[in-house]
Amino acid sequence: MLLASAAENLGAARAQMGLSLGWHIVFACFGVGFPGLILLAEWRGLRGDADLMKLARRWAKVAGVLFAVGAVSGTILSFEMGLLWPGLMGTYGAVFGLPFALEGFAFFVEAIFLGIYLYAWDRLSPRVHLISGMPILVAGIASAFFVVSANAWMNDPQGFTIVSGQVTNPRPIAAMFNNATPVQTGHMILAAFMVTGFAVAAAYAVAMLRGRHDRYHTAGLLLPLIIATAITPAQIVVGDIAAREVAEHQPVKLAAMEGLAHTEAGAGEHIGGIYINDELRYAIVLPHVLAFLAKGDADAMVPGLDSVPANDRPQAVTLIHLAFNVMVAIGFLLLGLGLWLALAWWRRRRPSSRWFLRAVVISGPAAAVAMECGWIVTEVGRQPWIVYQVMRTEDAVNPAPGLYWGLIALVGVYSALTIVTISVLRALARRGTAAAVPRAS
Amino acid sequence: MLANVVLVFLWVGITAYVLLAGADFGAGFWDLLAGSNARGEAQRKRITASIGPVWEANHVWLVFALVVVWTGFPLVFAAIASTLYIPLTAVAFGVILRGSSFAFRGVVAGSRTQRVFGLAFAVSSMVTPFFLGTIAGAIASGRVPLGIAAGDIIGSWVNPTSVLAGVLAVEVSAYLAAVYLTADARRHHEDDVADAFRMRALVAGWVTGATALAGIAVLRADAPRLFNGLTGRGLPVIVATALFGMVSLLLLMRRRYVAVRVTAGLAVVAVLWGWAIAQYPDLLIGSATVTTAAAPNETLVVLVVALSIGAAILIPALLLLYTLFQAAPTGTEQTAAASHGDR
Repeated sequence: MLLASAAENLGAARAQMGLSLGWHIVFACFGVGFPGLILLAEWRGLRGDADLMKLARRWAKVAGVLFAVGAVSGTILSFEMGLLWPGLMGTYGAVFGLPFALEGFAFFVEAIFLGIYLYAWDRLSPRVHLISGMPILVAGIASAFFVVSANAWMNDPQGFTIVSGQVTNPRPIAAMFNNATPVQTGHMILAAFMVTGFAVAAAYAVAMLRGRHDRYHTAGLLLPLIIATAITPAQIVVGDIAAREVAEHQPVKLAAMEGLAHTEAGAGEHIGGIYINDELRYAIVLPHVLAFLAKGDADAMVPGLDSVPANDRPQAVTLIHLAFNVMVAIGFLLLGLGLWLALAWWRRRRPSSRWFLRAVVISGPAAAVAMECGWIVTEVGRQPWIVYQVMRTEDAVNPAPGLYWGLIALVGVYSALTIVTISVLRALARRGTAAAVPRAS
Repeated sequence: MLANVVLVFLWVGITAYVLLAGADFGAGFWDLLAGSNARGEAQRKRITASIGPVWEANHVWLVFALVVVWTGFPLVFAAIASTLYIPLTAVAFGVILRGSSFAFRGVVAGSRTQRVFGLAFAVSSMVTPFFLGTIAGAIASGRVPLGIAAGDIIGSWVNPTSVLAGVLAVEVSAYLAAVYLTADARRHHEDDVADAFRMRALVAGWVTGATALAGIAVLRADAPRLFNGLTGRGLPVIVATALFGMVSLLLLMRRRYVAVRVTAGLAVVAVLWGWAIAQYPDLLIGSATVTTAAAPNETLVVLVVALSIGAAILIPALLLLYTLFQAAPTGTEQTAAASHGDR
């Protein structure tokens, strides 16, 4: 059997996994964040608010599309775990497979009650219908927790012993509750609510900029926006805890995030710049800030990329560093948007100035970009390891010849699907506003 | 011992996938053949209404099977996924195309757009079971050895047994779909649609049976281990398949649409379990058995506990889903279906 060299397949496999994950994660966010929003609207609707009931019905329709695409694009990821990374699954499946099995059940509950919720408006009493949506909310959060805990294990591998090269004594529960699990799952679940909230609000901000200032559109803007902006400060705190967890358990990843070439006492925070020839250039440096943020001591020693041999460092330092900067910057800009909203509220004005609406329009894609940047940081920053300091990515990849054709096909399929999904959602939105205006005015 | 328990969970999951998701794929097959006139439209409406609420839940059985294999039998999963990456990639694309195009068709306006999505839905509904069948054929004919990418990347799934299994998978899907849709149509008083699906079920039943008979010769030449197992200790199960198949045809002719769901399902169950009995205890013929390939006991204990708790949640939820949508149609349903998409 002719096998391709692992190096030949590695780039293609990483690109395929990255594209599949980056694509799916947007839809997955709606799976976690949207049910709560829809149920809240339906609950208000049941208490007599006709506009919110109409919103709940519309959102349920959109969610039906988003969840279907999310479900199938997530399935592809589980295929790819095996067909791209058989070395990982064969060696460590017994250790970290449990959260995936649990996620399978969460996915079941989600899909079952989604079917009931979307198709049984006429078969259930209004109260029971509302209740039938609650398992979707719980299962969505649970699946995010399980899947991200498996990813967290790759960052902080626990729950096994290696005896003369063999993985023995697997402890799946310990693997699932590793050090990275609480911060990573918390960070992702909050991100899912933010992405959903800002994205939905953005859709209604677009409509309001086109002159639809009725109560239906205002409610469609405010309900998700209030939730997303209320979560933002909590997300910044969780993100800070996550960074300190990385500083403690993955110092090399932190060094890449900061573009810190050399181990330094009292290291400064680097903003922007390009990493060339083992140096970060053109960056703005805030002296001592990194040492203080990461270690709680402005003079603390912070390990740089040179703390490990060159082949144990991630390659794409510029990408990791800038992705981290962008994520943090967007986080604070979204916090600012929340303050703007609060200020307008406090001054008893409807936040409907054109500049505010434009900011909300941008906040939708911006939140998604921040979330994607976070995944770039955690995934690219873990390289060259697939299981941190235990298994190298090149040792996990499928050596079968021709693997890159899968990547080429995936790029084609996902490009087409992206265009089609966006146009279907736009058509849904157009019909939604057209149908809503006469009755709402 | 525990490895066998996990194996039973796995096989129950795969059986559920074939019986439930298989029929959803088959519905896509009939969607393509429904034609563009008014009668065809009525059939498409029935297909959309029948699988709409359930296809996502049915689909999860596939994910369930994958995660049980990779946790319970990690080396087997690595061997299958790495050697069969081409048909698995085809299945993955089939899954995403089927799911998204079906969801899109349900919400877009305009009959031309609907037809384009309908075509994508129908084609992917045939491609997916076909390639899943080739994967089953590769494993059943012993062409996937233990080890990473240790088998023939092409020959493992391009061979007589894989092609037979692929074709059978498409036929069985179509047969089950026609059988299930017949009863659904009658319950909604769509008698023309019920008659159409009855005819399709009869034809699909005969074709599937004939393929299976011809397949015996293929297996004898191409997969002797499987053939010996099926004609040896698997024989009673194979005989049962034939019996259930014949009874199903009789019941269809006598328009016993609910009873035929049971017998048609049992015929398919017997094929799957006959295969399992014939191949047991090998998971990968000649290189991995259920005991040698199982994860360490510590993992199996946790996995069996998780699967049991999961089953306790899952079974009532699934029953709720199916009973809800198999109940008598509500009065508003006809109008809701008619105005589907513009609310």
